[in-house]
Amino acid sequence: MGVHRCRKCAADSVINMPQHRLALCAEHFMEWVEKSTLDFIEKHRMFEPEDRVLVAVSGGKDSLSLWRILSKLGFHADGLYIDLGIDAGCAYSKRSAEYVRKFARTVSPGVELHVLDLSSVYGRAVPEMAGRRAGGRKKLCSVCGLVKRHEMNRVARELGYQVIVTGHNLDDEAAVLFGNTLRWDVEYLVRQAPVLPADDLGLVKRAKPLARFYERETAAYAIVSNIDYIQDECPFSKGATSLRLKEVLNSMENGSPGTKLQFYYSFLRARQKGIFPGYDRPALQACEKCGQATGIPGLCAFCRLTAPEKATSPANCG
Amino acid sequence: MRLMVKVFFRESEFESPGNITIRELIKGLGLNPQSVLAVKEGNLVSNETRLGSEGEIKLISVISGG
Repeated sequence: MGVHRCRKCAADSVINMPQHRLALCAEHFMEWVEKSTLDFIEKHRMFEPEDRVLVAVSGGKDSLSLWRILSKLGFHADGLYIDLGIDAGCAYSKRSAEYVRKFARTVSPGVELHVLDLSSVYGRAVPEMAGRRAGGRKKLCSVCGLVKRHEMNRVARELGYQVIVTGHNLDDEAAVLFGNTLRWDVEYLVRQAPVLPADDLGLVKRAKPLARFYERETAAYAIVSNIDYIQDECPFSKGATSLRLKEVLNSMENGSPGTKLQFYYSFLRARQKGIFPGYDRPALQACEKCGQATGIPGLCAFCRLTAPEKATSPANCG
Repeated sequence: MRLMVKVFFRESEFESPGNITIRELIKGLGLNPQSVLAVKEGNLVSNETRLGSEGEIKLISVISGG
């Protein structure tokens, strides 16, 4: 079999997407990704053209592509980079920040990049917050997720953004769905969605405009758009469960194109119809210190984590 | 004469026969075609592309996260 022709112009395709029965050249692939993103934003009512959007950028392919796409579509989209202080012998956060800063200078005139250095604000970065206690890398990844969610929300509230967007792709979402399904973790399943609404306790609306694309499509978009992104993995992600779940899903996809798409989209349809009646979000209340939503009375998990007595020694790489 | 093409993947560099496709190269390395993209002379190329008789191929892992 030779190279497929682009469906739009008959030039040599650069990517073939059997799950859509679609092969496209570089130019028409970019056009397709941008148009499909807009359709997805509108379909899930993620945000409106007049909204101020805060893009959580990590320096990776997904978030930088998302920032580029939203800017090209004409949305007011600024960036937020959280310096997690991950060094692990390879200056990971420092190098990631360099990719973000370089990209921010070119993304679109007038956009802002906000940089939050955890060490400057809290005196400790993620590895120090996680410490060396039982749990190892798993604990560090969980602390990292908690810190990012809290700080993204805090910054968005303080700076008046209507929505926070992240670069999660379909492979990310399918892996989370797969993991939660294996455990039948219904409380997480009912909350998994491309858009999470704002609430009256100050939770800012969150959306995932790239959740309809396979990971190889977001990577392909970054390459054909000449986006210079950090290709290295987070040093703490080696052996992570989510990566193993992605491998399993990709093996299935290889034998049966469309498996991941069908898995995720069928779940979204079932969720919309109320697949888990009786399960609802637990009652939330305001944290005594920061005011953000928490499931238990008193301090939220982030404020407990950053309380002075929690200081511990840093975790190591690998 | 058997034409060989230089291939780069992660930290390694090796040569591969030019008469095979990117998909065959990826599978020969034990990788999943879903998780790798190929760039030839700076341009993305589809998995059905033959490596060819000249230039260099760079394989890029698409999986990220943790």
